[in-house]
Amino acid sequence: MKRQIPLLLVLVFGIFMIFQYFVPHESSEWIYEFFLDWIYIIGIFALALGIWSLIRVSYDKIKYKKPNWQYAVITLAGLFAMILFGFDYGRHFFSAEGLSNYMFRAFFDYILIPIQATMFSLLAFFIASAAYRAFRARSLLATLLLVSALVVMLRFNPYFGPIGPYLEQTASWLLNVPNLAAKRAIIIGIGLGMVATALKVILGIERAYLGKD
Amino acid sequence: MNIFDRMMSLDRRWVFLFVALVCVITYLIPFSIKINITPEVKSIYDHVESLKAGDYILLAIDYDPNALAELHPMTYAIAEQAFRKELKVIFVTLSQNGPGMADQAIRDISDSLRLEKTYNGITYPARQLINGKDYVFLGYKPYPALVILGMGQNFRLPFPSDYYGTPLDSIPMMKGVLNYDQIKCVIDFAAGNVADMWISYGQGRYNFPLALGMTGVMGADYYPYLNSGQVFGLMGGLLGAAQYESLADNPGPAIDGMRIQLYAHIVIILFILMGNIGFLVTRRKKQV
Repeated sequence: MKRQIPLLLVLVFGIFMIFQYFVPHESSEWIYEFFLDWIYIIGIFALALGIWSLIRVSYDKIKYKKPNWQYAVITLAGLFAMILFGFDYGRHFFSAEGLSNYMFRAFFDYILIPIQATMFSLLAFFIASAAYRAFRARSLLATLLLVSALVVMLRFNPYFGPIGPYLEQTASWLLNVPNLAAKRAIIIGIGLGMVATALKVILGIERAYLGKD
Repeated sequence: MNIFDRMMSLDRRWVFLFVALVCVITYLIPFSIKINITPEVKSIYDHVESLKAGDYILLAIDYDPNALAELHPMTYAIAEQAFRKELKVIFVTLSQNGPGMADQAIRDISDSLRLEKTYNGITYPARQLINGKDYVFLGYKPYPALVILGMGQNFRLPFPSDYYGTPLDSIPMMKGVLNYDQIKCVIDFAAGNVADMWISYGQGRYNFPLALGMTGVMGADYYPYLNSGQVFGLMGGLLGAAQYESLADNPGPAIDGMRIQLYAHIVIILFILMGNIGFLVTRRKKQV
């Protein structure tokens, strides 16, 4: 019974959601909206759980002076500061006016944006280093990959003069023919795999999501 | 260790140093490079240009600050073009840090619109953007697929009120705007798999014209959708953004960044060639 009820629920709701997708009837839409609300409610609980988990882990790190506990202090300070600013120091709990709070915007514009942009821009250095070490003409396929990468990287280089348009055409061909063929095969493969997995879940063949008990 | 061995096993810190030097030098020296336009970018520009004042478009800001360098210039160029043409713009974000990105873009574009400017020979007078009349920012909701499907039925389903808490029904611009049927096109700026959801759940089900702006590494993955007609345009990375800025005659950070990217690419290619020369000569020596 412990397993049958969840399996039955998945079967009923799975079939309904497939059915609903193709039936734009008013009642079908109403039920869909109802389910949509439930998904958001579950999502809000997941968010609360995530915040609670972050606070607990950080608190334990600080309490027991675990390695790098200082970062946990910054994490908690950031979390509570953004909540405080987002609610406009408690003045606007139930409206969105806190989102225009000066400090809320300043923290986003001058702390979060530079931090994330810096982290991402560091990728340029690691990609450069990885490309230097990995792009070696060890075999025919590796050479093809190397040449293709060079053509695509150089396609808009304005310093190639008369060769430029040919490079552009070759790059366009690479993107629109071999790349397209490979990608289509992958996309269709993934799509069929998803349908098969969904059917297995709906029909109760795939039960890993239920856990071991 | 001879010179060829060294060429193929250079310490990576040399690579970092040269890339950094080239980026800094090209940033400091002002010069411009020619930007060639691809059909997939031009089709987006042409589509926006073909719209009439009062038409609605939806811009989905589905990226976080880490993709800002590539995607912000696209957002700025397209949104400014749309506002100059007096289109009505609906902003939405399906990315967690997207509200901040959209909010920043709206503020900056509003500032830019306060000045009279000339683009492609047409002088546009200064104007004041009014929230609720010229644009609506719906805000963020989790579960992108559900939100995209929900907006297909009614914008009010996932977003009963806008980002600033105003009920959608009391926003003048949203009167008579129910779902994608009233939208002339959706342009998604994505730095993740949200683009797939816009294609599958949005364009696939509701059949609206969809264009994508995405990071450079994602670009090649979406050519099948361009070829099949599921998306009518594609902008990939800084290059795509620079092409759009060039088409809109609105030079910005993308065109500026292209000269840095160009030389950084040349340095990377030189390192790759150097490594390969070292590798091939060493291999030949071993065979002999």
